[in-house]
Amino acid sequence: MGILVELFADYTLRNVALGSALLGMVSGALGCFAVLRRQGLLGDALAHAALPGICIAYLLTQTKAPIVLLLGAAAAGWIAAILLLQIVRHTRISEDSALGIVLSTFFAFGIVLLTFIAKRGSANQSGLDKFLFGQAAALVAEDVMTMAVLGGVALAIVALLYKEFKLLAFDAPFAASLGFNTDWLSVLLTSLIVVAVVIGLQTVGVVLMAALLVGPAVAARQWTNRLGVMVILAALFGALSGLVGALMSVSDEGIPTGPMVILSLTGIVLCSVFFAPERGLVWDAVRRRTQRAAWVE
Amino acid sequence: MQTGIAVAPVEINDLTVAYRDKLVLQDIDLTIPEGKLAAIIGPNGAGKSTLIKAVLGLVPTTAGSVRIYGKPYAEQRRLVGYVPQRSSVDWDFPTTALDVVMMGTYGRLGWLRRPGAAERDFAMHCLEQVGMAPYADRQISQLSGGQQQRVFLARALAQDAQIYFMDEPFVGVDAVTERAIVALLQALQQQGKTVICVHHDLDSAPDYFDWVALLNVRLVASGPFASTFTADNLRKTYGGAMKAAIAHFQHFEEDRRGLGIMKRE
Amino acid sequence: MGAVLAIILTGLLVATACALLGVFLVLRRMAMMADAISHAILPGLVAGYFLAQGPNLLAGFVGASLAAVATVALVEALQNTHRVGGESAIGVVFPAMFALGAFLVSKYFANVHLDTDAVLYGNIEFVAFDVLILNGLNLGPQSLWVMGALCVVNLLFVRLLFKELKLATFDPGLAAALGFSPALIHYGLMAMVSVTTVGAFTAVGAILVVAFMIVPAAAAYLLTDDLGRMIILAVLIGALSAVVGCFIAFALDASVAGAMAAMAGACFLLALLFSPAHGLVAKARRLRRQRLRLAMENLVVHLFNHEHQAYEEHEAEVAHLSSELRWQPRFARRIIRMARRAQLVRQVNGHLALTGAGREFARQASAHRDGEA
Repeated sequence: MGILVELFADYTLRNVALGSALLGMVSGALGCFAVLRRQGLLGDALAHAALPGICIAYLLTQTKAPIVLLLGAAAAGWIAAILLLQIVRHTRISEDSALGIVLSTFFAFGIVLLTFIAKRGSANQSGLDKFLFGQAAALVAEDVMTMAVLGGVALAIVALLYKEFKLLAFDAPFAASLGFNTDWLSVLLTSLIVVAVVIGLQTVGVVLMAALLVGPAVAARQWTNRLGVMVILAALFGALSGLVGALMSVSDEGIPTGPMVILSLTGIVLCSVFFAPERGLVWDAVRRRTQRAAWVE
Repeated sequence: MQTGIAVAPVEINDLTVAYRDKLVLQDIDLTIPEGKLAAIIGPNGAGKSTLIKAVLGLVPTTAGSVRIYGKPYAEQRRLVGYVPQRSSVDWDFPTTALDVVMMGTYGRLGWLRRPGAAERDFAMHCLEQVGMAPYADRQISQLSGGQQQRVFLARALAQDAQIYFMDEPFVGVDAVTERAIVALLQALQQQGKTVICVHHDLDSAPDYFDWVALLNVRLVASGPFASTFTADNLRKTYGGAMKAAIAHFQHFEEDRRGLGIMKRE
Repeated sequence: MGAVLAIILTGLLVATACALLGVFLVLRRMAMMADAISHAILPGLVAGYFLAQGPNLLAGFVGASLAAVATVALVEALQNTHRVGGESAIGVVFPAMFALGAFLVSKYFANVHLDTDAVLYGNIEFVAFDVLILNGLNLGPQSLWVMGALCVVNLLFVRLLFKELKLATFDPGLAAALGFSPALIHYGLMAMVSVTTVGAFTAVGAILVVAFMIVPAAAAYLLTDDLGRMIILAVLIGALSAVVGCFIAFALDASVAGAMAAMAGACFLLALLFSPAHGLVAKARRLRRQRLRLAMENLVVHLFNHEHQAYEEHEAEVAHLSSELRWQPRFARRIIRMARRAQLVRQVNGHLALTGAGREFARQASAHRDGEA
């Protein structure tokens, strides 16, 4: 109880908790569609690819205003997504390798730029490398507002085009035969994932972003057979892990938020995979044992 | 059609489809008359599924045109129902049988509009027609292969179309489903609809269909079943045993040369 | 040994060791597994640090290798439950491992200097100062010994098991039937990837290891169809990226490992665009030629098919053809010009007619089709 009171009293804590929860909610909902389209690791690639975008935005404008840097991140994420699509479509390189290539080379380029900026001695460069691991503690109310607006728009689009995204994820050729523009829908969905990644960069950073898109969806899938419920559950699981992670990190000095969010999320995923009714592995084992017992008799 | 003038439901002119450097369909001229149960028959790789996909605008065509009741497909979508191959989707998708069938109504609904009670009732009615009403709320992975196929058929029924394209509807289904599909096809025919099925089983084809197109990249023959489904035409379609052996040998040679190291099928 | 030479040599050794294995990762579609392993070794490194009460090469190695093996096992266990899709299992496991590692670092080693940035992109810049001292004898940079040994081991692994690796990669079923366990080869490869990642980690960090493994191999895959040549090319591309990247980094005063990996990316981009067989430019040009050739063949066969029909005259009219075959008039005229130049058709007062050669061509085209069945 005490911690909840503290939550609303403490400015930093409130921002961290709200920001993490918002991020978890948005990426949870969007991750469902990515996971169902077997593009779970797309977010990972886009997150890494955002780094050079951030650096270039800084080099061009010499400002560290989050909105400028995030625009750069979004642009780089977009370019990465397009490159990824072209490699997979037009060469014999598998999707898996294409992800690895885009992820690692974009990131490498980002590191070159990051160290270049750092060595040129602009004293206030330190703001950039917080995107590597995220720095939720540095979130200010303005950041949270930006996240809320961006995330709100993304969620609204998902709600509006829910029917279309569902059809795209389940049976894209059928969707195309009905006259829906599936290329356009794919691009839109990928763009929304870029938005989620951009929101996440400040909070959990490049490396852990993949989990926030995949984890909530995987956990939610175990509890329900309905897509609508799955999306809502994933948003809730994402928000919950964001909140718990934030609280855990502030309750102990020096523990970063990002890893704690991911660890809470992992706990939720494991619980779901083992204990969710029907799909849970534990119930599977129990069922098999009773069946075997019945058979022996 | 109520136009009075006999416009064929499907009219394909000089259709050519190439995938990379390979011709998949070449110069197909095919007109399917109204009210037929038509089979598209041919060996593996003959382009049967591609033909359907080309008609539905799902694969780019190199040349030629397709007309549905005299107009391009894009203008006639509402008249066409489509049953893709069952294996083309992930059946572990979190959705129910009824929900899949409702997807058939999405085309009519268009962008943004949500399906409501009317769509739900209609989808239920379609499920009943394939004997799947008791399974409406089942998660689709819990259905047998035959039941999944019937759900796909019901989804096409929910499109409430005049022409139905079905890609291998009889593959991997149980006897009950097979009978249900046949009954459904006949019911559709009695309502004056046209059904075009990709089919691979030569034994059962004469029992199910009254019209046939024999295809092997090019159209070998098409017409009423009895007069078209002849030994001579089948030989032309499938080639002799010798040719099959040669093709097999070529395939083997290709593998040995290690063409494209990544061929892992 | 000079610092610059040590850096270049380390880069060369890392590139070689990684490219040797990367070829098989790319061909087996397991690139992202390397990504997962490279991140997931963090908790193992921390545990090794903890047990050895400080930085210790051997303890770090053992801990990280165990973590890598655990990652592979966990991902596969999760996939085998069929509750989680293949790539999603990777996406759940490696961030969890990395987060665990980051948590341990901040919780127990907050006062120790364990540079988190180095975890991601290494510090190859300092390899020359981290020397191996045995019985008081200075043997030179430690990383040279480690990576040199890994190069030799990987080279032996690929050389001795070349046939088995090849077979298990292209035809796991046949490999199993012939008595080479694909599972054994799979775990052998994963073990080598893990150990190599751990070794390269201190030099180039978690994410850039992935670049050294995947990118040169993928570039080589676009350049050749032969597995042996692909391995050699991958190593060469990796080595080239290491040397060039190093000098670029010096010039810019930026991260050496990052520049090396970015160079590998540039090599890949060049291969992607200009590879003679698989490059996008060559492909686009080939597609264009094929489209024209196909269209001409199409035209000839079309004329042939309608040659003996009553409406031949109408069918063969130029204007009609362009609408019939749904060609733009300009395209239709161009194809007709091509066919006329090849002497397959001739134009008789506005109508097209096949020549003898054209008829033969059409017949052959049909025979060719039938043969393919």
